[in-house]
Amino acid sequence: MAKDNQVVEKIKEIAQEVFTKIRKIESPELTMPIRSLTNVAYDEKEGYFKILNRLKTRTLTASTIKTFAQTLKMMNLSKELVKTEDIATKREAYYVSKNWGEARFKEQPESDSVMDDIEAMMRVNREQIGFIPEEKGGAVAGELVVIDKDDQGEKLEIDCTRFGSGAYSVPSSVEHLSFKTKAKFVLAIETSGMFERLNKHNYWKKSNCILISMGGVPTRACRRFIRKLSDENNLPVYVFTDGDPYGFGSIYRTLKVGSGNAAHINQYFCVPKAKFIGITPQDIVDYKLPTHPLKDVDIKKIKDLIKNDPFIKHYKPWQKALNQMAKMKVRAEQQALAKHGLNYVSEKYLPDKLKDQKTWLP
Amino acid sequence: MAKKSAEELAKKHREISIAEFFEKNRHLLGFDNPRRSLLTAIKEAVDNALDACEEARILPEINVEIIQLSDTRFRVIVEDNGPGIVKKQLPKIFAKLLYGSKFHKLSATRGQQGIGISAAVLYGQLTTGKPATIISKIASADKAYQIKLKIDTQTNSPDIKDDQEIEWPGKEHGTRIEIDMEAAYIRGRQSVDEYLKETAIVNPHITIIYTNPDAEQLIFPRASEVLPPEPKEIKPHPYGVELGRLIKMLQITDAKTLQQFLTTEFVRVGAGTAKDICQNSALLPKTKPKKINRDMAENLFKGIKKTKIMAPPTDCISPIGADLLEKGLRKEINAEFFCSTTRPASVYRGNPFVVEAALAYGGEQPCDKSVRILRFANRVPLLYQQGACAMTGAIQATSWKSYGLQQSRSSIPVGPCTMVIHMSSVWVPFTSESKEALAPYEDIIKEIRLALQECGRKLASFVNKKKKIKDEAKKRSYIEKFIPHVAEGLKEIMGFDDITKMKLEDDLAQILEHTRGELKEIKINNPDYDPELAKIGREPVEVKKNDDGEESKEESNKDKQTKLN
Repeated sequence: MAKDNQVVEKIKEIAQEVFTKIRKIESPELTMPIRSLTNVAYDEKEGYFKILNRLKTRTLTASTIKTFAQTLKMMNLSKELVKTEDIATKREAYYVSKNWGEARFKEQPESDSVMDDIEAMMRVNREQIGFIPEEKGGAVAGELVVIDKDDQGEKLEIDCTRFGSGAYSVPSSVEHLSFKTKAKFVLAIETSGMFERLNKHNYWKKSNCILISMGGVPTRACRRFIRKLSDENNLPVYVFTDGDPYGFGSIYRTLKVGSGNAAHINQYFCVPKAKFIGITPQDIVDYKLPTHPLKDVDIKKIKDLIKNDPFIKHYKPWQKALNQMAKMKVRAEQQALAKHGLNYVSEKYLPDKLKDQKTWLP
Repeated sequence: MAKKSAEELAKKHREISIAEFFEKNRHLLGFDNPRRSLLTAIKEAVDNALDACEEARILPEINVEIIQLSDTRFRVIVEDNGPGIVKKQLPKIFAKLLYGSKFHKLSATRGQQGIGISAAVLYGQLTTGKPATIISKIASADKAYQIKLKIDTQTNSPDIKDDQEIEWPGKEHGTRIEIDMEAAYIRGRQSVDEYLKETAIVNPHITIIYTNPDAEQLIFPRASEVLPPEPKEIKPHPYGVELGRLIKMLQITDAKTLQQFLTTEFVRVGAGTAKDICQNSALLPKTKPKKINRDMAENLFKGIKKTKIMAPPTDCISPIGADLLEKGLRKEINAEFFCSTTRPASVYRGNPFVVEAALAYGGEQPCDKSVRILRFANRVPLLYQQGACAMTGAIQATSWKSYGLQQSRSSIPVGPCTMVIHMSSVWVPFTSESKEALAPYEDIIKEIRLALQECGRKLASFVNKKKKIKDEAKKRSYIEKFIPHVAEGLKEIMGFDDITKMKLEDDLAQILEHTRGELKEIKINNPDYDPELAKIGREPVEVKKNDDGEESKEESNKDKQTKLN
């Protein structure tokens, strides 16, 4: 619990600074790292987005006073949660604010943003300040036994082969988990639809792997789960997403190196050894996949990735692939493989791709 | 149908007297409906009275009384303290159309044509069959002279019904006219009340005592003991003379030579300029004016246009003055912001003129209505034909959006604003004889627009300032709302007591106050405002029947009485 007391102490310390400034009739400030891609750099050796030293200062003025008050209120809520060893989901925290009169949040994104600010200010993970996300971390199936605890603290072994057509659900907090596995690799999949198909065909059994459905951009818990799993069991991680800029730039990139928004905790919430196996723009050509035309937002996203994303900027093959897609003006979904038959993905596409590293992207 | 011979038809042609013409076309003179007729009659009488007083350098005190004789019949009485009129002139002044002292000269007076008051007499006669009664006393005479007059419309000449010398106790000099007429009395924007009030506003040197048909007496006491400078008479400027007029002037002049004609009959023409004109017209300076035929006159007309002649003098015009105009407006409207301007004199068609404008913004004026426009020409309020007036045109042609008012394309702007425009000129170009709207001469519209823009720029900076202050006040209340929350947040984390929290809130207020500076406030600060005056001419007022209402009214009248004393 030493760590938690540190959080309380830090909150008190920050409040004390603000208090002292006000009593001296000086404008108080709250300082926190900037949470955006402009404040991260890709570190190839470490393999993730490292936070830089750019800070933002929230000085108390007319335009910031509401957020300022909300930040202090939220810090107090966090202090109370840590002290009582309780937790609140992001949505619960938002509802707690409804007690704050004029200072309450109108929409949850406002409270999420203030929460992220505090997290960054304290340089800790949000679980450490008592907040948890309500979303689940992802679905898991395959040759894996997850070792958890029950409410009595008793060891609990969960066999991920025994969920039938269902799956094991990654909890919102994963630090306490440990694993037993004989699988050869982890396959992280973008859509639950594709996960269902592979699970149904017992693909994990045939290729001796662990299937994880990320359900869009992987949550922090999901990223941490895959990271722990691959680190502790020395498993390679392969990523299989839709062939579109969102799949490349948001889902894969965030899983592998982290995000701008969580710049202060990327170190733990990333999977540097992840490799992208598909669907690459070249796959669209090679497998003659049915496509959809790129929308304006897709084209904008491609341009933005090439210009601003430190990860993409670091890897020529990615820039090439994105430019190729821009030129083709089309994208393809994972399920597009079904054109060649429902089992094509497990019997032909994945085995082929896994064999041929040259078709991957870094 | 039997054919008629030319001789037969010729019998039907006969001369029409101007009086006959106006008998049939009284709407051209502003006597088109009972309500307006009452106003026009009073307006003509008051205009004449003021002109007479000012010409004689007497501070005007005008008594106006309207007595209701029956449902639709009224007696109009206007009395002044002017110099009086000599016996011989009286009949023609009041009972001959186009007889006047002002048509043949150029000076900034109210009357121009010599039609107005005779037309009022004619109208009274037409609708009641009764003569008008005029009493006048000049300073040197012992007794006043009373005359009852009608107009012989066939000959346009006075028809004296009765005439006698009478006592006029306590009156040193002055003139009084009484006309009975069919009319209607209604209060409101285009009423006699409004006309007299506006007259008082732009003529701070006059006193008007007005008794309306309800026997309520309103007194507009003078605010200034100084008469405006006497309007100087000027000769016409060559540029302003049309060919026909030029030919007529050549015929009636006493000048012996063309050069002499040019130098004596016109302003700004000296010997040198006269020679230049003659040269440009291919005429000898020694030509006898009477010998100049039509073709030669046309050459002269063109020669004048070719010659560079100095603009007419402008000291012949006495504007009200930006300050006095604004002061008058302050009495009438309780606004937050006032501004005014007097333009330098300018010239249209050879006639010098001056435009003045004033604005009142904000305060108690409605935000969602078109701005109120007060128009004046030579200190006379113009109440009718707003839409046909060049002043209104100039307002519409000005882009008010950038000055902080709403305006859809080329229409009268909308906002809490009153605009005053005054044009003063030796010859005001009205669109008709009822003298209610200005003709749209380009030079005049341009000057009006410049005056409006000048006021508009000042208005814009005020409106912006007001908006800024409003935004700032909004921000302040926003800040004040959240100061307790900041203090509360710290209190919860640190666990201090309520006294510390209160101190903290004070400190926070101080910090934010310090960074924002003091909040300015816009308040109505208008000690000149006269609510009783402002009420006059507004929508018909219900006369309160209860004792309080009566009492307060009496009191306010007493107040004014004392002011006058």
